[in-house]
Amino acid sequence: MSTTEIKFGGFGGQGVILAGMIIGRAASIYDKNKFATLTQSFGPEARGSACSAQVIISNEKILFPYVTRPEILMLMSQEACNRFLPEAVDDATVIIENDLVRPRHLKPGMKVYGIPATRLAEELGRKMILNIVMVGFFTAMTGLVNREAVREAVQASVPHGTEEMNLKAFDRGYEYGIQLA
Amino acid sequence: MKADPKGVLTGAHFLDGDHACSEGALSAGCRFAAGYPITPSTEIVERIASRFPQVGGMFIQMEDEIASSIAIQGAVWGGAKAMTVTSGPGFSLMMEHIGFAAMLETPCVFVDVQRAGPSTGQPTLPGQADMMQARWGSHGDYEIIALCPNSPQECYDLTIRAFNLAEEYRVPVMIMMDECVGHMTEKVVIPSPEEIEITERRYTTAKLGEYRPYFTDGEMVPPIAKAGDGHRFHVTGLTHDERGYPVMSPEVQEKCVRRLVDKIRLNAERIISLEESETEGADVIVVSYGITSRVSVKAIEMARADGIKVGHLRLITAWPFPEKRIRELVGRTGAFIMPELNYGQMFFEMQRVIDGKAKSYLLPHGGGTVHKPEVIYRTIKEAALECRPQVEESAW
Repeated sequence: MSTTEIKFGGFGGQGVILAGMIIGRAASIYDKNKFATLTQSFGPEARGSACSAQVIISNEKILFPYVTRPEILMLMSQEACNRFLPEAVDDATVIIENDLVRPRHLKPGMKVYGIPATRLAEELGRKMILNIVMVGFFTAMTGLVNREAVREAVQASVPHGTEEMNLKAFDRGYEYGIQLA
Repeated sequence: MKADPKGVLTGAHFLDGDHACSEGALSAGCRFAAGYPITPSTEIVERIASRFPQVGGMFIQMEDEIASSIAIQGAVWGGAKAMTVTSGPGFSLMMEHIGFAAMLETPCVFVDVQRAGPSTGQPTLPGQADMMQARWGSHGDYEIIALCPNSPQECYDLTIRAFNLAEEYRVPVMIMMDECVGHMTEKVVIPSPEEIEITERRYTTAKLGEYRPYFTDGEMVPPIAKAGDGHRFHVTGLTHDERGYPVMSPEVQEKCVRRLVDKIRLNAERIISLEESETEGADVIVVSYGITSRVSVKAIEMARADGIKVGHLRLITAWPFPEKRIRELVGRTGAFIMPELNYGQMFFEMQRVIDGKAKSYLLPHGGGTVHKPEVIYRTIKEAALECRPQVEESAW
């Protein structure tokens, strides 16, 4: 059995939940033989600065719905990093927005990969697509979900008329990751 | 009859349970909904409100849940398939009209996305503590049907089933979701319209002037008339005769209410759906429903890995309760365990049926999250040891 627990964290408005939705949708709809379950924090705390989406991806039916010890973190704000990093497993893969997050209290086994997603998004003309740049980077660095599956999920998830721009953002993040790897 | 293609969003989707429930209603032919949005059920009415205009449906945001629960009944008597959607605090307000729907035999659907209670409790967190309220919340004797989905896919499937059962038995049907299932996003496959079976409303064929709303012609469920079709008739929450007029005699009370109860009780075996795994020959059986059933399976897998013979019985219909099946299993199984997100509700119904002939273990939980599988696993071990004391624990 192969099950991976992932936590997407950032502040409200960055598209954190959408990033989680895209990865979950890619795994369960467009990739082969994968299951995905996404849960969100809906409490009053989720309306504050640190918001998160939790995704479990497995090649078996998912039973327990919540992420308890994330193996992969995608962090887009310092507060999300401070809050969610301690939950992670000792050898977690930590994917961060370089200019927004300085990981503290990393455990020695953790692997950290950074990308200046905000700047790259600005270069593409829209700062708000930084979450999709992050999704591209996530796809390259984790290899968890097939690239084409994620592209299809991006297309299916973003507002109508913005597909092309979002796919460019995805590809930019993906290529940045491939060069880094 | 097959589903109206207009409402069916055929394909594979990544949806949360709330949205899947909305799509189930649309597929089932629901074209009227009234509600007073409340967390964690709000997403259902949000989607209904945005999807209905595309299919000619109508959603009304009412002033409260009392109004919502009666508006849908007006819509049903006007010919629509209708539902209302709420969570615990709103469900409490709907109780009077659930009894009214039962008494008038109004086919309609109530969705309760359960959150932790009592009172306003924990709006954004799961509970399963409205299960007895669904069954007994309104005064007087009546029966309802309650379904418990454990995934977004089932939120879709069981919403269709709820509408079909409502029509078949002319009864209010409750969809007892919980916050976790409602807000969990997973793959939901919506079939093509020709693959979806829909139970149509059975309208009277009586000539104008001859329709009697509660004349069953020897059957358990009478045909209905649509207001405006020309039949002059009267329906009331007062005890009524076949013509629908109030009669204050014990004989009519017996005839009227007995049938409300019997049409469900005598058809229980046709209504009940269960999911079972390895219940035959099990020493211990975990009985569960809703989100708790998924956590239970995890615990059961852990126990089976230890060599314990543990079965799983999942209540897809909580009401009517599967008395017959549990009685069959009681003779062969030493212990029954029920984890639920309350301090004992369906458990006591199960215990009544077990009637002291097997051990029963309640795993209560106040809600706000789900059980840890380890907790259920430990109880399975404990129960197995009690049932089979001759087997040393070390053998596991």
